Amino acid sequence: MSTEQTTQTTIESQKIPFYRDERILRWIAQIVSAILIIGLLIWIIVNFVSAANQRGMMLNFRFLNDPAEFPISDPILPYDPSRTFGYAFMVGVVKTLYVSILGIIFATILGTLVGLARLSSNWLLSKIAFAYIEFHRNIPLLVLLFLWYFPVFAQLPSVENSFVFPGPIYLNSRGIYLSAPRLGSGGMIWLFSIAFAVILAIVAWRVLEKRQLNTGKYTYYAYISLAILLILPIIGWFVAGGSPIYIDRPMMEAYNFQGGMRLTPEFAALLIGLTMYTAAFIAEVVRAGIQAVSKGQTEAAKAVGLNSFQVTSLIILPQALRVIIPPLISQYLNLTKNSSLALFIGYQELFSVGKIAINQAGRALPIFGMVMFTYLLMSLFTSWILNWYNRRIQFVEK
Amino acid sequence: MTDTETAYTPHKTFKLFPWMRENLFNSWFNSILTIVSLFIIFFILRALVLWVFFFADWSPIEKFPLLFLVGQYPRDQLWRVGLSVSLVSLLMGISWGVWQDLIKGFAITLAGLLGVMALLPFKVDFLTLQIRLLLLMNVGLVLLGFWIGSARKTSGKQVMIGWAVTAGLIVLVLLPGFANIPYIPRVPTTVWGGLLVTMLLAVGGIVLSFPIGVLLAFGRRSTLPVVKVFSMVFIETIRGVPLITILFMFSLILTVFLPAGSRFDRLLRALVGITIFSAAYMAENIRGGLQAIPQGQIEAAKALGMNSFQINYYIVLPQAIRLVIPAIVGQFISLFKDTTLVIILGINELLGISRSVINSSPEFVQLQLEVYAFIALLFWIISYAMSYSAHQLEIAMGVGER
Repeated sequence: MSTEQTTQTTIESQKIPFYRDERILRWIAQIVSAILIIGLLIWIIVNFVSAANQRGMMLNFRFLNDPAEFPISDPILPYDPSRTFGYAFMVGVVKTLYVSILGIIFATILGTLVGLARLSSNWLLSKIAFAYIEFHRNIPLLVLLFLWYFPVFAQLPSVENSFVFPGPIYLNSRGIYLSAPRLGSGGMIWLFSIAFAVILAIVAWRVLEKRQLNTGKYTYYAYISLAILLILPIIGWFVAGGSPIYIDRPMMEAYNFQGGMRLTPEFAALLIGLTMYTAAFIAEVVRAGIQAVSKGQTEAAKAVGLNSFQVTSLIILPQALRVIIPPLISQYLNLTKNSSLALFIGYQELFSVGKIAINQAGRALPIFGMVMFTYLLMSLFTSWILNWYNRRIQFVEK
Repeated sequence: MTDTETAYTPHKTFKLFPWMRENLFNSWFNSILTIVSLFIIFFILRALVLWVFFFADWSPIEKFPLLFLVGQYPRDQLWRVGLSVSLVSLLMGISWGVWQDLIKGFAITLAGLLGVMALLPFKVDFLTLQIRLLLLMNVGLVLLGFWIGSARKTSGKQVMIGWAVTAGLIVLVLLPGFANIPYIPRVPTTVWGGLLVTMLLAVGGIVLSFPIGVLLAFGRRSTLPVVKVFSMVFIETIRGVPLITILFMFSLILTVFLPAGSRFDRLLRALVGITIFSAAYMAENIRGGLQAIPQGQIEAAKALGMNSFQINYYIVLPQAIRLVIPAIVGQFISLFKDTTLVIILGINELLGISRSVINSSPEFVQLQLEVYAFIALLFWIISYAMSYSAHQLEIAMGVGER
């Protein structure tokens, strides 16, 4: 169509010369642009490889099977310096995922609370939430992490002078010692009963809800599945012998703590910093999402006779979530990417493991290629989920 | 909330007790919340005030305030930084005069920050009366610029050229200087630091990434498959990885490319990394603007016989940029915060210089909280002021109304 217009406006009743024919020009542009870009890429790569070879840099991945020969502190997976480099890299990936997943869970909870507080009809509470959000949004994350780590978590007292908080929680220079639940005898049976209860509750909810929608008779699906969720684990508890889990408390033994769960100061600083920073952004997302549901919706729902629980769960939340979830997922990705700042406060994850390996001559480029590619995979995964979700809500809409 | 009550009263008189009942104690739950909040605020404020005025030792900042502002820029050459600030002040004033409300927030922010510094109510060593007067003069320059910009017939184009010339002058001539000119001797970028570098990197990153971002945005919408795929892969790759990996990777790649032994300026290296990073986000912002231009505009331009370059350059791009200016300002603010990451390349920007100050003496190592709190405050003030100005800009542009 564009060619037609050009034809009409430029030359009448005459054959277009090839240099003004948009079809031909388009082809020429395609070919020229292809040559330029591919040429540029080839030029960069060829130069790069020859320069790297001149400097004796390795551009292959054979080193992945060599022993890593550097320690990783607090490696979640069993690790020692004699393991291969490829394995050390995996440990880095797992540690990144570990701190990111925990951060995502806590940031979502905190962010939702702050977001709701921001919308509270209580003026004071709303202003506190506002102060929290503005504090975190206007200070670089790295400065916040420095503030959490160097003056606070890196300055904790020695083991003998630990801070004690109720729980008991001990804070000292070796880290934070928390009481942790552990599985006792018959613990697996109890866990299995919980899993079974969850599945059964979901099935019951689905089936009974459908029946209610089809027949119009109340099936009390919410109450029934809640009851399943509560009663089955209680039965499982007794079947398992009455003590499937116990609380493992940290105990002071010979100048150190035994038992319980230990978080290193670096991990704690990173987790708290990331969580609080991201929570401020999530709070804004939640607030915007809830405000996006117009007031008329609530009023209409009330007029139809829904109670306030039903108004929230059936009318407001489904519509707000549709607005909230896409930016929320982006925030999750941001948190994951921001976890790379752990390098500066000494928590070793994907990026720091890569950085350490650079000291071993010649491996810099392939390692960094791998690091970037791993982050890229994470964000591709995220955008895949986003697209899937967007497609789903579109389907519901029409 | 309060609107329903005040809607009936002709004059909005503020009454404390009704207001409190409405906003703080309207249910038993809210009353508890209010009381708990009051306790929290009280304890936080008390701890903060006690710490700031009695316990904290601000000596690292009192001893080296200039380090945080300009790094180790030679003290006898500081007039060059001062002159740069004055030029920017004047131009900001003129821009305020020409574009009025759009720039108002930024100009007032700049004048306000300089004015507050000039009038700090306590003694700071480097803030002699002379320096304080010079700072006040900059405030005057902003106002003078406003008068010039609004009184004379200054066109936007002239101001833009003014900005471009001044920026080039500052960055290429005034600050680095030349080895063989006596009045402005060479000052290597390795001694630049503090807020100066933070600002240069953020502004430089945004300005340089703009043309690349425009090209990438068009590239991504292009019908040429190679261009389209290249732009898309570039944008998504950069956006998919953390900034710190980009800074690091580009630094590595540049060292490989350059002949062995040559030292590529570290600051420039950081700027390249930041520009590349920023360009990908800029491209997505601009693409958002391009998509918002109605197809009718393009069809009308075609009907007038414009070719596709003319259509994009004269019709689509100006309207798209107008739409995305607030987004670009937002991007600038986050880039301003992200510049802290360049400490991985060993650059002494605001955060890097505070690390150096802390490590400079064993007594300062005990004062990390004070130093980082000061840095955080500095970032907060500037970044909040810019967000506020950006909000004013959005209101002035009537975003969402057109």
